[in-house]
Amino acid sequence: MARLVTGLETDVATPIAEAPPALELRGIDKWFGPVHANNGVSFAVPRGSIHGIIGENGAGKSTLMSIVYGYYQADAGQILVNGTAVKITGPQNALSHGIGMVHQHFMLVEPFTVLENVILGAETGRILAPSLERARAELERLERDYSLEVNPDATIETLAVGLRQRVEILKALYRGADILILDEPTGVLTPQEVDQLFDILRALRDQGKTVILITHKLREIMALTDNVTVMRQGEVVANVKTAETSREKLAELMVGRSVLLRVEKTVATPGAEVLAVQDISVRDGQGVRRVKGVSFDVRAGEILGIAGVAGNGQSELLEALAGIRPIESGTIRFKGTEIDAAHMRNARQMRELGMGHVPEDRQRMGLVVSFQANESSILGHQDNPKYTGAILMRQSAIVADVAEKMERFDVRPSNPLLRTSAFSGGNQQKIVLVREMDQNPDLLLVGQPTRGVDIGAIEFIHKRLIAMRDQGKAILLVSVELDEILSLSDRIIVMFDGGIVGEVSQAEADERKLGLMMAGERLGAAA
Amino acid sequence: MIALAPPTQVPRWVTHVLVPVTNLLVAFVIAGIIIAAIGEDPFKAMKLLVLGAFGASDLIGFTLYYTTNFIFTGLAVAIAFHCGLFNIGGEGQAYVGGLGVGLVGLAFSGWPAPIVILIAIAASMAFGAAWAFIPGYLQAKRGSHVVITTIMFNFLAAAMITYLLVEVLIQPGQQAPQSREFDANAWLPFMHDVLRGIGINMGQSSLNLSFVIALIAAFLVWVFIWHTRWGYEIRTVGANQAAAVYAGISPSRNIILAMLISGGLAGMVGINEIIGVHHRLILDFPAGFGFVGIAVALMGRNHPLGIFFAALLFGMLYQGGSELSFDIPTITRDLVVVIQGLVILFSGAMEHVFRPHIIAAYIRIVGGRAVGAAAE
Amino acid sequence: MEEFFTMIVLIADATLRVSTPLILAALAGLYAERSGVVDIALEGKLLGAAFAAATVAAVTHSAWLGLAAGITFAVALAMIHAYACVTHKGDQVVSGMAINILVAGLGPTLALAWFRQGGQTPRVEGGARFHPWSWPGAEAVADIPVIGPIYFEIISGHNMFVYIAVLCVPLTAWVIYKTRFGLRLRAVGESPEAVDTAGISVDWMRYQALIVTGILCGIGGTYLSIAQNAGFLRNMSAGQGFIALAALIFGKWRPWPTMFACFLFAFTDAVQTRLQGVDIPGIGIIPVQFIQALPFALTVILLAGFVGKAVAPRASGIPYIKER
Repeated sequence: MARLVTGLETDVATPIAEAPPALELRGIDKWFGPVHANNGVSFAVPRGSIHGIIGENGAGKSTLMSIVYGYYQADAGQILVNGTAVKITGPQNALSHGIGMVHQHFMLVEPFTVLENVILGAETGRILAPSLERARAELERLERDYSLEVNPDATIETLAVGLRQRVEILKALYRGADILILDEPTGVLTPQEVDQLFDILRALRDQGKTVILITHKLREIMALTDNVTVMRQGEVVANVKTAETSREKLAELMVGRSVLLRVEKTVATPGAEVLAVQDISVRDGQGVRRVKGVSFDVRAGEILGIAGVAGNGQSELLEALAGIRPIESGTIRFKGTEIDAAHMRNARQMRELGMGHVPEDRQRMGLVVSFQANESSILGHQDNPKYTGAILMRQSAIVADVAEKMERFDVRPSNPLLRTSAFSGGNQQKIVLVREMDQNPDLLLVGQPTRGVDIGAIEFIHKRLIAMRDQGKAILLVSVELDEILSLSDRIIVMFDGGIVGEVSQAEADERKLGLMMAGERLGAAA
Repeated sequence: MIALAPPTQVPRWVTHVLVPVTNLLVAFVIAGIIIAAIGEDPFKAMKLLVLGAFGASDLIGFTLYYTTNFIFTGLAVAIAFHCGLFNIGGEGQAYVGGLGVGLVGLAFSGWPAPIVILIAIAASMAFGAAWAFIPGYLQAKRGSHVVITTIMFNFLAAAMITYLLVEVLIQPGQQAPQSREFDANAWLPFMHDVLRGIGINMGQSSLNLSFVIALIAAFLVWVFIWHTRWGYEIRTVGANQAAAVYAGISPSRNIILAMLISGGLAGMVGINEIIGVHHRLILDFPAGFGFVGIAVALMGRNHPLGIFFAALLFGMLYQGGSELSFDIPTITRDLVVVIQGLVILFSGAMEHVFRPHIIAAYIRIVGGRAVGAAAE
Repeated sequence: MEEFFTMIVLIADATLRVSTPLILAALAGLYAERSGVVDIALEGKLLGAAFAAATVAAVTHSAWLGLAAGITFAVALAMIHAYACVTHKGDQVVSGMAINILVAGLGPTLALAWFRQGGQTPRVEGGARFHPWSWPGAEAVADIPVIGPIYFEIISGHNMFVYIAVLCVPLTAWVIYKTRFGLRLRAVGESPEAVDTAGISVDWMRYQALIVTGILCGIGGTYLSIAQNAGFLRNMSAGQGFIALAALIFGKWRPWPTMFACFLFAFTDAVQTRLQGVDIPGIGIIPVQFIQALPFALTVILLAGFVGKAVAPRASGIPYIKER
């Protein structure tokens, strides 16, 4: 692995300080095959600051941090820690340079205790007992210094998500991390937990630690960071002081043009009720009740948006409506058909009733990535007489049908015989969308329609959804992207902790109001 | 590093022919080294083996007789595999399928031949399917891992049939634990007899009409897996259970269905062995055929056509191997078992070892075309 | 009464002897599966070690060299498994199957070529075999009621391997729960990504675990061929590797319960030998096959979740591939 020292100067003026920056990157380059994941990335992070790295999915943030943490070697470029060029060969090595990482997906051993997780890989000797004793004392100290409270003898599987994240932070600090990298740390947190996390991070900064926050949420950048680096398509497009910028400017930098905050659309003309949800509760796979007595309805010709921080029950609600997850209590009335715990319908039966469903995670649920695209394109519709006879499937009809759909939705490459996995995220999403929309359902459930989708496809998808509404169809949209909710929905309900906090119309909704409601405050309740 | 290479498409013959053939060659080279190590000439052994398998019409017959068993067990492994299940209980399912055939052979004395034979075929499938049903049900409904339960069911089948043969079905007045011979109307015709009927002369062998049944089964499995919606549903469950649930396809129903079909196919070994050749129920007739099915399915890449060729190869090894031991007494059927192990090792467990190198070499030589769409 | 007591003592004695290879193989499996590698090739490693030990013992007339050969061969087989499944992320069940079948053919093939005795090794005697240890005073106290037979039959008079097997249980428990190696081993079987990000090599941990698996299977196989028996016989492991696997599941991947499961299965075997053809009042003659099937039936019932629940280490069976 050739390491070229380019000696490229950073194009941003680093704050003039006595000490060298805690971390400095110079001209980092990384290719994955034909993909240029990082292209000449350079910036510096001053000691004792909170530094944000923001960018869309696929902008190269995570790749960059994986290089800093030693998972990958850069193809070219230099990493300097405290002014000294270092070669980081792996996580252990990164730690020895004082770099610690809090992963997006927690790297914890669930049946182990907090203490065991903390010492794993940082044991003092071959016998465990002394390591455990030492860690217990050290945890007490860290708890005092940073108010990082957690019971050292609790097993991870009994801890709430916010506490698990704390264990991750403790792990890094226990290993002597001076530079702490957090990769999308708030995705799974409740607003309270986010506040607590931010308090902890500020305390860390005030004690001289350096924090790097990777996120795609502008709100967090503005609330927490001192400096921010904006990345787009593998390149750094700006290095600025947070105080000297604004959300709008950052958003523009992120996507490379001024963002269309609202899609053009007319005022909705809602018709008859299509879906009425009465007081339903749903449990997740672990038996935890995630939806707690929710009621709402959706009418023909409108888009109802469900906003909320990820993990507040939206996913389970969507899956219950789609017939994937059983409901515990309450009733769902869909076009006059009553569904309750005793009269469940599976996903196939819901489709027959006239429901379409674009799932939140297309790769996990919406497609079979190892299938050919034409096979993925009939998923859920394999019984349709258009695709199958009494015994044999109509293969040529399927391929022709899918080819036509690909043409219409501009799926590239438009070859139904290619493996599904050979398509990009945006094109995969189009395959799902056209499949679900083309059955002409009366109600379309849509989860995170533009997650991991490039900008061009986002616009296309949004326009299609609005066109469908204008044809008089009902759409239920679940999204954690506030912008998406605001630009598409005619009415918005906000979920928090399994319940509905309130409902607002598009006209009266704004980010501040929704943000407060997403934090569980009932301000927006129409009263 | 190769793992990070862009998704490139190499022609199917590279991944579907060149790679398996290379894996197979490695297995045979190592077998050759073992033969050399015990002081024999591997090339001479190979020549004798091929001659022993194809050198005369009766030898071909025996080769195809073994092939028949391997088609059945290979298909059984493959269909479970398409549903994401590893059924290593083919051995037990074949054994119990044979029990079903045997019971029909004993019970339906004096019935017209076609009827007895049809009932026996149905019984082979039903009994084999029943033996696979419990592991399938436990996997689908209770999450008990089918690998472990099918291992256990192999032992349970052996114990059960030994008990039945020793205590219940044994021919009165005989010492050997085997049933009485069936009446001739329960015998499946031998191929040499059938062919003689239409004027073709073939040496006497164990080959019987089961071979035709196996070919029909292979064709039907192909249609089922790739051209019916039930096959589509099974493949969906095997590839992505969450997507199956999303599509309204019940994973548990399809897991049970796949295991039933798998067990039924394995059970059909009983047709070949019990009413095809032995004409009585005997101990241990599956003789490892169920396990060979794993090698056959792996080599045949779970496709009926591939399975046919892989089964033919193992038929050749089995038949050629027994002929070989007449000429070279130190080489016995055990060596075929070694080859079988090596094939499973290199075609299955180590399939990733050579594959990237072969693909990389192909791209280096010919120049692969990258699928640009994946670039994001 | 006296007769009954004698029978109990003899059954206990037989249970210990029969359980020895089971305990060794089951603990071997415990190391592999706790590290996240499913090993259905315990059977093949037992058989392979039995063959290698008997062959070397027969040629060199040294039981100790036989033991070394048994261990070496079993470790080599474990390393094939590691190379296929850990390094190259191959399917662990397929690899295990391949090793079982390979060894089943290889042993008799080589034995036939080298010894010309129909796929067996010659009988090993004297220094080429491990003999039971007689404990001090065992003969003297044998006639004392109750304590005498217990000391003479159960405690004394076993092969070295019987004691090794039993001692391996507390040793394994200590290693698994009280040492750094054990912590990492358990972690790698539950959450390899956590181990990886902690800077520990997942692959090397699994290799180490499989080396231990090989050593323990090597000892177990050696016991079969040159301690319990006097030479290698075709398929002499006779499913004991699979019974050990069943015991491991039955013991829920924990050392002590696994040992008791081995005792239970060995006990049924010992009872079966005793009860063969005995007419038990009210029950009649229990068929041999029924008792032989018992370990497998019990394991299926346990796996079905009707009696407790056996939950495997979370990552077992899944090759560890780093995510991007």
